[in-house]
Amino acid sequence: MANQEILIEAKALVKRYGDFTAVNGIDFQVRKGESFGFLGPNGAGKSTTMRIIAATLTRTSGDISILGKDPEKFGPEIKAHLGVVPQTDNLDNALTVEENLYIYGRYFGLSKKFIKPKIEELLDFAQLVEKRDVKVEALSGGMKRRLTIARALVSEPEILMLDEPTTGLDPQARHILWDRLFRLKEQGVTLLITTHYMDEAEQLCDRLMVMDKGSIMAEDSPAGLIKSYSTKEVLEVRFGSDRNAVVAPQLKEMCERIEVLPDRILLYAEDGESLLHELGQKGLHPLTSLVRRSSLEDVFLRLTGRTLID
Amino acid sequence: MIVDNAVAIAQSRRGHFAEGSYSGRAHVLLERSLMAFRNSAWLAVLSGFFEPVLYLFSFGYGLGHLIGKIPLQNGHIVSYAAYIAPGLLATSAMNGAIYDSTWNVFWKIKFDRIYQSMLQTSLGSVDVALGEISWALLRGFAYAVGFMCVVVPAGLITNWWAVMAIPSAVLIAFGFASVGMAITSCFSTFQQMDLINIAMLPMFLFSGSFYPLTVYPGYLQGFLKALPLWQAISLVRDFTLGMVSWGILWHVLYFVVMISIGVTFTAKRLTKLFLR
Ligand SMILES: Nc1ncnc2c1ncn2[C@@H]1O[C@H](COP(=O)(O)OP(=O)(O)O)[C@@H](O)[C@H]1O
Ligand SMILES: [Mg+2]
Repeated sequence: MANQEILIEAKALVKRYGDFTAVNGIDFQVRKGESFGFLGPNGAGKSTTMRIIAATLTRTSGDISILGKDPEKFGPEIKAHLGVVPQTDNLDNALTVEENLYIYGRYFGLSKKFIKPKIEELLDFAQLVEKRDVKVEALSGGMKRRLTIARALVSEPEILMLDEPTTGLDPQARHILWDRLFRLKEQGVTLLITTHYMDEAEQLCDRLMVMDKGSIMAEDSPAGLIKSYSTKEVLEVRFGSDRNAVVAPQLKEMCERIEVLPDRILLYAEDGESLLHELGQKGLHPLTSLVRRSSLEDVFLRLTGRTLID
Repeated sequence: MIVDNAVAIAQSRRGHFAEGSYSGRAHVLLERSLMAFRNSAWLAVLSGFFEPVLYLFSFGYGLGHLIGKIPLQNGHIVSYAAYIAPGLLATSAMNGAIYDSTWNVFWKIKFDRIYQSMLQTSLGSVDVALGEISWALLRGFAYAVGFMCVVVPAGLITNWWAVMAIPSAVLIAFGFASVGMAITSCFSTFQQMDLINIAMLPMFLFSGSFYPLTVYPGYLQGFLKALPLWQAISLVRDFTLGMVSWGILWHVLYFVVMISIGVTFTAKRLTKLFLR
């Protein structure tokens, strides 16, 4: 992947809304065929960055190029290169599923002859063949999301941009969607994804940028981030809300790192089970305990001192 | 030759007029409106046809019975129904255009996010403005033709110039739709939208649909003549009653200016709203 052509490159990118700085001088590169993610909590500046790339928002300063073009000079051309799935669906409620796909292709100037077979392929891909004549209003959230993705693919874009693709969907709908996105990834489509779900970032992204308050905190593959910013395992213990703070200093001595959350304590160690055993030997018996592998949530906690979803 | 590649299509616009905001595809917006219309909106459109017809029968024949004949400036004498028919035609062109370009557009901006989805493709804000306004214009055309189908058999039209009332209605609809969409693109609340309704009714009642402006004092006449509905009614009336002179061109010019300002301003607003 590293020797692939660079499709998107941002340098010292800044966006201010009035006095408020939403994106604070970020740099990144996205290469052809990779699946690149922005992981960060609400308000991190993910959507703002996506909209600047998609040429629907102007930057305050810095440079950005998409396939070598500046979005402020070549807006329509860049939009023709991209497939956009915005955070909030903006399907055409007055039209049916099929009509939505058709007219979106027409917006790009594509011919009916080109779009018609494309519609069949995309309805199949989005598992919406039976819903083709249904008005969009009548679709479930997951179906709408799949249709929005299918719609973004009508113009055969080089890069597919997905802003929080599964936010607000139930677990089953999320899994169907992930499966669809995985297929696209296998076909070599370059994906640009934002999310505040660490499982989504782990599942879909080859490379991640952890964002918080408009800045980049770290950048690497999911496994690489965990390796650099966390231990192999985590022991989660609960001593009851009033006791947690009391035992914390003692626990701190026994492991690499500790995070005291309102309801539980996270102990970072290479071997969680043996740490738990050690706790028992010192007479510390938590009410509940759980050993798990480190996740991106831990990385985020380490980098920002906060959890991803508040 | 048809090139079916979104990027090649967008690239072919390099160096063309307003390349960043106009892709030369306003007609695809009409295609969309037609599909949406087939799906549901036809009932509302149909009601806009009946409105002026109902006015014509109740006022034209009911009230007309008491009023009798109306003498024109050119010496001709016409029935009251024939006198108000052009006013009603102009008004229905206006109403159709205003409905499409205000409430419909407001809904699309605020809730449906349709323009947002269009502007994330290689369409530009000028395409969107022109395309939406053109739909309103088509509606004005349909009303004019429909109304003619009633007034001609009713014997209210007696000269060939009246054919020109149809392109006039299109021009009128175009003008009102451009300005209507421009104003709507600046509004963000329902209260503001109600202002449009509040402005429309008095304009309809006092712009000379039902009687000549000469009943008013001079300064008020001047004010009313500056309003677009009076311009519209005069334009149509001059044609349907055969009072044709070069002076008609002033009314045409009025609408050309209205259209230019409306379209330019609407495209600017759409850019500001969705492509900051
Ligand atoms: N149009 C706007 N005007 C003012 N502030 C905005 C606007 N859009 C976003 N913001 C602010 O910018 C910050 C980043 O927003 P956003 O990019 O949407 O974050 P994310 O997508 O990561 O949740 C947020 O604090 C948000 O409130
Ligand atoms: Mg967002």
